[in-house]
Amino acid sequence: MPREGILVHTPYERITNEQVLQIHQASIQILNDPGLISFNHETTEILHSNGAEVTPVPNSDHPCWVVKIPEKVVLRALDSAPKTVKLGARNKDNSLIMKGDEPRVFFVSGSETNIWLDVDFQAYVKKSEPTAEVLVPEFHPRRGTVSDLCQAAHLCEHLETLDAFIRPVNIQDKDITEDNKDVNKFFASLNNTTKHFMAGLTSLKQLDNVVNMAKLIAGGEDELKENPIISFITCLVKSPLQFVDDTSQTLIEICRKGLPVVVSSSPQAGTTAPINEAGIIAQINAEVLAGITLSQLVNKGTPVIYGSVPVRARLDNLNDSYGAPETSQYNIDCVQMARFYKLPCYSTSGVCDTKTPGTQSSIERLFSDILVTLSGPQYLHCAYGLLDGNSTFCLLQAVLDDAHFQMIKFFLKPPQIGQTEIDNSLKQIREVVTTPQKLYIRYIRPLMRSGQLSMPYPFEGDGEADNVLALANERMKQLLSQPVEHIDEATTSQIFQEIPGILPRLNIYEKRSQQ
Amino acid sequence: MTEDTIALLKENVIQGRKTQDDEGIEEGMAGTPGVLELIQMALEKKISPEAIITQALTAGMQIVGEKYSKKEYFIPDMLASAEAVGAAMDILKPHLEASNIETKGKFVIATVKGDIHDIGKNIVSILLKGAGYEVNDLGIDVPTEKIVEVVKKDKPDFLGLSALLTTTMLAMGEVIEALKKDSLRDKVKVLIGGAAVSDEYAQEIGADAYCIDGFAAIKVLDAFQEARA
Repeated sequence: MPREGILVHTPYERITNEQVLQIHQASIQILNDPGLISFNHETTEILHSNGAEVTPVPNSDHPCWVVKIPEKVVLRALDSAPKTVKLGARNKDNSLIMKGDEPRVFFVSGSETNIWLDVDFQAYVKKSEPTAEVLVPEFHPRRGTVSDLCQAAHLCEHLETLDAFIRPVNIQDKDITEDNKDVNKFFASLNNTTKHFMAGLTSLKQLDNVVNMAKLIAGGEDELKENPIISFITCLVKSPLQFVDDTSQTLIEICRKGLPVVVSSSPQAGTTAPINEAGIIAQINAEVLAGITLSQLVNKGTPVIYGSVPVRARLDNLNDSYGAPETSQYNIDCVQMARFYKLPCYSTSGVCDTKTPGTQSSIERLFSDILVTLSGPQYLHCAYGLLDGNSTFCLLQAVLDDAHFQMIKFFLKPPQIGQTEIDNSLKQIREVVTTPQKLYIRYIRPLMRSGQLSMPYPFEGDGEADNVLALANERMKQLLSQPVEHIDEATTSQIFQEIPGILPRLNIYEKRSQQ
Repeated sequence: MTEDTIALLKENVIQGRKTQDDEGIEEGMAGTPGVLELIQMALEKKISPEAIITQALTAGMQIVGEKYSKKEYFIPDMLASAEAVGAAMDILKPHLEASNIETKGKFVIATVKGDIHDIGKNIVSILLKGAGYEVNDLGIDVPTEKIVEVVKKDKPDFLGLSALLTTTMLAMGEVIEALKKDSLRDKVKVLIGGAAVSDEYAQEIGADAYCIDGFAAIKVLDAFQEARA
């Protein structure tokens, strides 16, 4: 049985059907005029041979072409793109089945941050009351390592609401190079979580090694096709409207492998896209459609996910402002566009501007987490543990996020209102009003432990003390003390023999035998 | 056999099962005897009311209290157990009187004049009864004169006054003044509670204690008992 995620029974829709159609038509016009600038030769060739109008851009530093994609080519691609995409997992019970027309949300971690935030708690004594001691968190940022990635995967394995794992930390050990980064990040992640694993590729040269590793773990080529335990994310279009050379080539090669891939675009309203809602949505939709078109022309039927990460610019420094309400508006619009095409949607929420876990981070992330979830994207990168935009990852924050999503999931349970419930309630009301105390409390108990009532916030302190972070820290330690089902010893041994570049210290069986 | 019945009673207090129809917390208990049925069985077996109270009811409530402190139990669990114990005490009352065994004390409780809010007061009543106090609940919007009259006539050990509103909490002070006027103030400990009042207000009007909730009330009463002993 695959994971259930949460089905949004009545998804929130921000734009009308007519507006969806207007955006679609505007995007089709954009793809034809002005079209895209392609910096990748093969992309240009593929589109050209399938009917796109191609014109070289004169006097450019790098060879590039204006590519105008006709509507019929786009529509054909939309037709052949699978409407249901399966993301497999080492533990098949952790698979995700995403249907483009079903607003069932799966919650996912990400993105690749450079900074890992350690937390420890120091005890402080109140000067005026020396017996009063408080625990104050101290945060220590440092560069992320492969061992951190293992720990992040380990924790995410045990976060109840987290359905799939996108690597949240960039591995920057001294012995990690561009040539061995991919195999190490894939192995570190796959070995520490049995959930689906998605990542971008650092080097296209590593694609074969990564896919071969996945085949060994899945049990063979056909098994990997049937149970794709890995998938990829590519941001092949740089906004506005430019096919990037290397990531376009990466998409082409991934499509040839037939593995699931997110075609994502991340324009910033105000700088790389129009600041007005209609403008940024028409543009991002055109950019994603261009990528999906390419994917289907390379390999018809490639399982492709509509990826949208639109964001508004901060007006004080032109950085991304994920906390701005407009960012949620854009994301919800894109979810509706993907649903219009009946394609599964990768969307974004929960990224916040603040740098450490606390009140501000919770407010910022919950705002978009609730709103975007309500719109029903299938694959929601909801920034478990992320801070300072996409710069920092903190395990403690991921634990806090898990508690938030438990509440959001509970909220989305369908209403229990039917004739049986009405009849039972009338009986209850008539009984209670005749009692001297007129309290319904005794009727709570049968529901309390059956999951029909939401439980209290798990990190609530006693009395007026705010111990949220300290309690979440305890929970984090508890989760990390739970074991993880690693890849078995024989497969691990085969991986280390056949896949070059994996750091020997990641072989837990070797480590154990040396101890 | 005696030990079995006592142990079962204690377990059913912990499970909060007043009657055999209640489900409790563990699965498969519905249909088995609850506290009321077991009390009858215990009395038929001539188990002393004192043993029933100390070894089953109070011992069971002690564990319920511990589970509540550890957040394993919530208010509905606590109340279910207290309700079961309260109903058991009603059955035991004539037996206790016959054996000259005293309860933990008489507690009169009322929502003061002008105030009709009673959720908190009702919960406190259930909890105190479950803790072994003999509770006389006078209800809501109770005139000062009636409260004084009951104190004079029934001679309770404790008087609990409840008010939700800042306008009606003033009646608490009036009750205390009226008790003083009738020379009853030193005969009864006065506890106040409700959203509008506070520790400071209790001191201001000369009450003996402010209790934030029913659990605090039990602690305060236990402290009074210890001081008296």
